[in-house]
Amino acid sequence: MQRFILSKKNQITLIGAILLVIGYIARFALENIAITNGAFFIAGVIGFLPIGIQAYQAIKVRVISIDLLVTIAVIGAFYIGEYEESAVVTFLFLFGAFLEQRTLNKTRLAIKELTEMVPETALKQMDNGDFEEVDIWDVDEGDILLVKTGARIPVDGTILVGQGNVNEASITGESLPVVKEVGKEVYAGTILENGTIQVRADRIGEDTTFGKIIELVEEAQDSKSEAERFIDKFSKWYTPVVLILGIIVFLLTRNLELAITILVLGCPGALVIGVPVSNVAGLGNGAKNGVLLKGSEVIQDFSRVDTVVFDKTGTLTIGNPEVADTAVYDNDNLDNIFAYIASVEKESDHPLAKAVVDYIGESKAYPVTNTKVIKGAGIVADVDGHRVAVGNLALMEAEKVVISDKAYEDLKRFEEKGNSLVITALDGELKMLMGIRDQIRPNVKKDLNKLKKLGVRNLIVLSGDNQGTVDVVAKELGLTKAHGHMLPEDKSEYIKKLQAGGQIVAFVGDGVNDSPSLALAEIGIAMGSGTDVAIETSDVVLMKSDFSHLAHALGLAKATAANMKQNIVIAVGVVLILLASVFFSDWMSMSIGMLVHQGSILAVIFNGMRLIYYKLR
Amino acid sequence: MKKAVIQLGTLTCPMCVQKIDSAVKGLDGVEKESVKVLFNSSKVKLEFDDDKVSTEDIEKAITALGYEVKSARAR
Repeated sequence: MQRFILSKKNQITLIGAILLVIGYIARFALENIAITNGAFFIAGVIGFLPIGIQAYQAIKVRVISIDLLVTIAVIGAFYIGEYEESAVVTFLFLFGAFLEQRTLNKTRLAIKELTEMVPETALKQMDNGDFEEVDIWDVDEGDILLVKTGARIPVDGTILVGQGNVNEASITGESLPVVKEVGKEVYAGTILENGTIQVRADRIGEDTTFGKIIELVEEAQDSKSEAERFIDKFSKWYTPVVLILGIIVFLLTRNLELAITILVLGCPGALVIGVPVSNVAGLGNGAKNGVLLKGSEVIQDFSRVDTVVFDKTGTLTIGNPEVADTAVYDNDNLDNIFAYIASVEKESDHPLAKAVVDYIGESKAYPVTNTKVIKGAGIVADVDGHRVAVGNLALMEAEKVVISDKAYEDLKRFEEKGNSLVITALDGELKMLMGIRDQIRPNVKKDLNKLKKLGVRNLIVLSGDNQGTVDVVAKELGLTKAHGHMLPEDKSEYIKKLQAGGQIVAFVGDGVNDSPSLALAEIGIAMGSGTDVAIETSDVVLMKSDFSHLAHALGLAKATAANMKQNIVIAVGVVLILLASVFFSDWMSMSIGMLVHQGSILAVIFNGMRLIYYKLR
Repeated sequence: MKKAVIQLGTLTCPMCVQKIDSAVKGLDGVEKESVKVLFNSSKVKLEFDDDKVSTEDIEKAITALGYEVKSARAR
């Protein structure tokens, strides 16, 4: 019976509304007191049922809930014959809850859509070899699953049979599909755009990369800042205190009407819902735009950031160095020299060596002997009877190569342009100079200007590259400071110094080799693919290596933090006004109190909903 | 020890979280430390001893409070 009533709450609300209308028509049009009172009485009683049951169930688990305050107030109203009041109050309370549910669902929609990206079922290979559709909860590690074209892959696994194009945007933010064949890993939540594959489940449920992202987002929604924890504790005591206050007022004044009005006015509504609503709407906007913010504490800190420190390679730059300038000192033998350089550089997996090999392209491959890699300098080897040295200036000095005045000028010119230098000598003679540069990401400058507009005062780049290269990048992008020759530990040391100086620092890196800095900074921001490390150590994850998301993330954090403050002001303001008017005015009644109350709850929800549509201008 | 994820109908008041939390924690066989009621995703996550208590028991405790249970899964 109790459960039946609770499940029909919406219908009860509707009947209450109809009865209220009948009651008012009877009073003003028909002027029939009997019908009026009858309608209000019935409306009050049926509206009271679900509220009373909820209050009773809460007491059973030792919680004093809002329902209890309303229940006592309505019983009191019946006792003094205020049928209209009780009808209006119960209706408003139920209708308010209904509207809150609808609007709250809207604020939560973005994240809900994200969590629903993993399929509920999977095609699992049974003992007889056939594939059958089973619930995702019945899939275990090691099971073999069939994935058809257009379906979402349900687990992290390895392809056993078949191949296809997989769209991994949900994990990496990259919308171009990737070709996957036998032996390749696939991820839960990604879409098989064409082809059919059989996958062995390696990780399932919350252990998958996508599962971790979802868990992070879900918990971020409910993570609480210090202020919120305070409000929570406050509201836990607040309700019983209001109840006691009502009792005291009744004992002192013997005025039941005043006492029950206080019970209704005291309901903690907007105060407890205001901040979580801003939080969830802000996080939802982020999730939709490829920005994962880890909870409301992060939003608070991020909104106050005044210094942003960047890693260079792979963050400000694309991370894919290319040969940009060359100078040749021996034109006769060019083809041979290129072939020698390529043969030697193929021995190395250094990014600069890769850039050189890519630049030279197809060439004759010579056998390479006596290869010696000198760390931080270059590589020396014997090719086709010649001693070939490829590396930086330090290597040339070690090899006693004579550098002409013209070559020195070239070196200087190349370095000023922001190049890393690769010099080649053949049998101790200078042959070629190459300048290698990493391209700056498109539109970075525009996005950095947006950060400045959002109030970031210091933009600093830290890099392991030489100072010349870093300076060029800093100048081109208008950064405030640039430091080269930095190892990962130097970077975290530098951040510590900034923090000691009272700055609130955000560090932006690729999340792979900068985890100490990511962890140390108030806000660690990992760019690019959602790798496990990035997800775990950072506070903000940018799913796509797109710089514009960074400015959006900061703008969103600021907007969300401001929205929370607005909601607190609305909530506290309303309670103060209500309490003041109960003592100092004669128009305040239970119904008006409930109306204002539900109105303020909807006001904070609608205010929070603005964040769903937030866009950085 | 089994892990359960229970999807509820939309939770609208943080107070509901408190109610569900104490109701679920009050069941014998539920690992108290593990109970997490997620307000925004309207989910309950918990670990329990399936010799002492079943997912149906937990479901019942929640519906008795007046909250809808959409799905309850355990593994």
